[in-house]
Amino acid sequence: MSTLPAHAVIAPVLIPLLTGTLLVLLRGSATPLRRTISMLGVQALLGASFWLLLQVQSGEVLVYQLGNWPAPFGIVLVADRLAAGMVMLTAVLALFAMMHAIQGSDRRGRQYHALFQFQLLGLNGAFLTGDLFNLFVFFEILLIASYGLLLHGVGAARSRAGLHYVIINLVGSSLFLFAVGTLYGLLGTLNMADLSVRVAALGTADVGLVRAAALLLFLVFALKAALAPLHLWLPGAYSAAGPASAAIFAIMTKVGAYAILRIETLIFGTESGPLEGLIEPWLLVLGLITIALGTIGVLASRRLAVLISHLVVISAGTILTAFGIGGSAALSAGIYYTFQSTLVAAALFMLTENVARTRGGYTDELRAGPMLPAANVLGGLFLVLALAVAGLPPLSGFVGKVLILESSLGTVSAPWVISIVLVTSLFTVMALARAGSTLFFKTDTHAGEATLPNAAYLVPVSALALISLLFVIYAQPIYRFAAAASEQILQPDAYIETVLSAKPLPRAGDH
Amino acid sequence: MEGLIAAIIGLLTACGIYLVLRARTFPVVMGLTLLSYAVNLFLFVMGRLNIGVPAIIEPDRAQYADPLPQALVLTAIVIGFGMTAFVVVLALRARADLGNDHVDGKDP
Repeated sequence: MSTLPAHAVIAPVLIPLLTGTLLVLLRGSATPLRRTISMLGVQALLGASFWLLLQVQSGEVLVYQLGNWPAPFGIVLVADRLAAGMVMLTAVLALFAMMHAIQGSDRRGRQYHALFQFQLLGLNGAFLTGDLFNLFVFFEILLIASYGLLLHGVGAARSRAGLHYVIINLVGSSLFLFAVGTLYGLLGTLNMADLSVRVAALGTADVGLVRAAALLLFLVFALKAALAPLHLWLPGAYSAAGPASAAIFAIMTKVGAYAILRIETLIFGTESGPLEGLIEPWLLVLGLITIALGTIGVLASRRLAVLISHLVVISAGTILTAFGIGGSAALSAGIYYTFQSTLVAAALFMLTENVARTRGGYTDELRAGPMLPAANVLGGLFLVLALAVAGLPPLSGFVGKVLILESSLGTVSAPWVISIVLVTSLFTVMALARAGSTLFFKTDTHAGEATLPNAAYLVPVSALALISLLFVIYAQPIYRFAAAASEQILQPDAYIETVLSAKPLPRAGDH
Repeated sequence: MEGLIAAIIGLLTACGIYLVLRARTFPVVMGLTLLSYAVNLFLFVMGRLNIGVPAIIEPDRAQYADPLPQALVLTAIVIGFGMTAFVVVLALRARADLGNDHVDGKDP
C-alpha cells in the first residue's frame, strides 16, 4: 500500500472511466440508482483532484509511467500545478453540473450519465498527459462524449448544430494527426518533454518543417479554444445543446487554451532557439479580434443561450489575449481568469434553463413574456452573474480583467488591449442589461401564466455565484497559486528533467 | 517510391478537402473518409519506407523498421472508423429531422 500516493496522478482519469463503464452496464436500471452512482463518481473525483492538488502544491512535478515504461518510450502522465489546478476546476464544475442535471434534464436520454463521465475522463486525461499522441486520443474521447451530450435529447436545431460541430472537429482531428506525424517524422519522439529537448537542438535544415507542423498544431488547438476566425462553430453548438450539457462544455474551450499554453511554454519556450515564441504574436492579435467579434455576437443575440455562448467566445478571447501578452504576470492573470470565467459561464447556462422552464413556451427568447413569479430571485441571480461575467466590481470577473490589464501595462500592445477590453466590457454590460430587463421586467399581459420554479432548482446556480464571490475574497491565495503555476511552466527545465529522468518502479518481487 | 506515395497522399487530401466543402452531407462524409485515409497513410510512412528490414532491434543490423508509426496508425484507424460511423448516423438523423440533406438544414 506504500505505493498508493504514486497513483494520485492517474486517479482523476481512472475514476470517471470506471464510473462511466459501470453506468453503461447499468443502462436499464432505475434513474435514481444511476444518478447516485454518477454523483458518487463525481464526488470521488473531487476528492482525488484535491489530493493531487495538495501533492503538487509544493512545486513538485509528479510523473506517472503507464505500464511502468520510462519516458520517452512509454506514455507518461504528468501533474504540475497548472495541470492539477485545471483538473480541480473540472471536478468542481462537474459537481455543480451534475447537481443541475439530476434535477431532470438527464432524463431526455438514457446514456446521459455515462457520457458525462466519459467527458470528464477525456478532459482530465487531456490536462494530465505528457505525450502528444495521447493528447490526441484524449481529445477524441472528450469530443465523442461531447457529440453525445450535444445531441442528447431531440430537435431539428440540435441535429443541424451537431452536424456542423462534428464535421469541423473531425477535420480538426485530421489536421492534428498531420501535425503529429510531421513532428514524429522529423524529431523521432512524441513525448512533450523529449520534443522540447529535440526542438532546442534542431538543425537549420528542418526548422521550416517543424514550424509548419507547430503552426498546424496551433491551428487545431485554436479551433478547440474558439479563437477567431475559428470560433463560428461555438455559438450554434452551445446554444443548441441542453443547458445542462452546455454547462460542462464551458470548460472545453479551456482545454484548447491549456494545450496552447502548454505547447507554447514547454516546446517553443525561451530556450527553443530559432522557434522561440512561435505562437505568441498571433495569440495577442487573434485574441483581441475574438473579443471584438464575440461582443458583436452578444449584442445581436435574440436568445439568452446564444448570448451566453458568445460570452464564452469573449472569455476564450480574453484568456488567449492574456497568454499572448506573455510574461509571468499575464499568464498568472490568464490562469486566474480561466478558473473564474469557466464557473461563471456554466452558472449562466444553468440559470438559462431555470428561466426557460419558468417562462414555458417563451423559453429563453429575449422578448416580453409572462410575469415571472420569482422574478426577484431569478433576476437577482442573473444580476450577480452578469456583473461577474462582464467584469464589473465587486465580483470575480473584475479582478480577473484588472489583473490582465495591469499585466499589459508597459508592453507595446497596452493601448490596444486596454481600449478593446474596456470598450467591449461596456457593450457587454449594455447587452446584459437589455436582456435582463426584457426577461425580468417587461411583461406581455396576453402571455398567460408562468409556473414558479422549485426553489431547490436554483441551488447549483446560487452556489456557483457564491464561488464567484469567494474568488474575490480569496483572490490573493488563488492568485498566488496561479502565479506559482505560471512560474513553473515558464521554467520547464524541472518538468523536462523530472519526466526524462524518472525511473520505472521496482517490481514487487525485486526488493 | 517516396514521390509516388507523397503524390497519393496529396491527391487524397486534395479530394478530401474539396468534398468536405460541398453542400450535401454525403459528399462531406466521403471527404472526411478520404481525409482520414490520407492521414493514415501519412502517419504510416513517417516511419520511412524500408523494404526487407527487421521490425526489432538486432545487434548486427544497422537498419530496422520503426514499429511506432504502425501502432499510431492502428489507433488512428480505429478512432477514424468510429467517427465515420458516427457521422454517417448523424447525417441520416439530420436528413430525417430536417427533411433534406443540405448541411445547413435547408435547401437554398
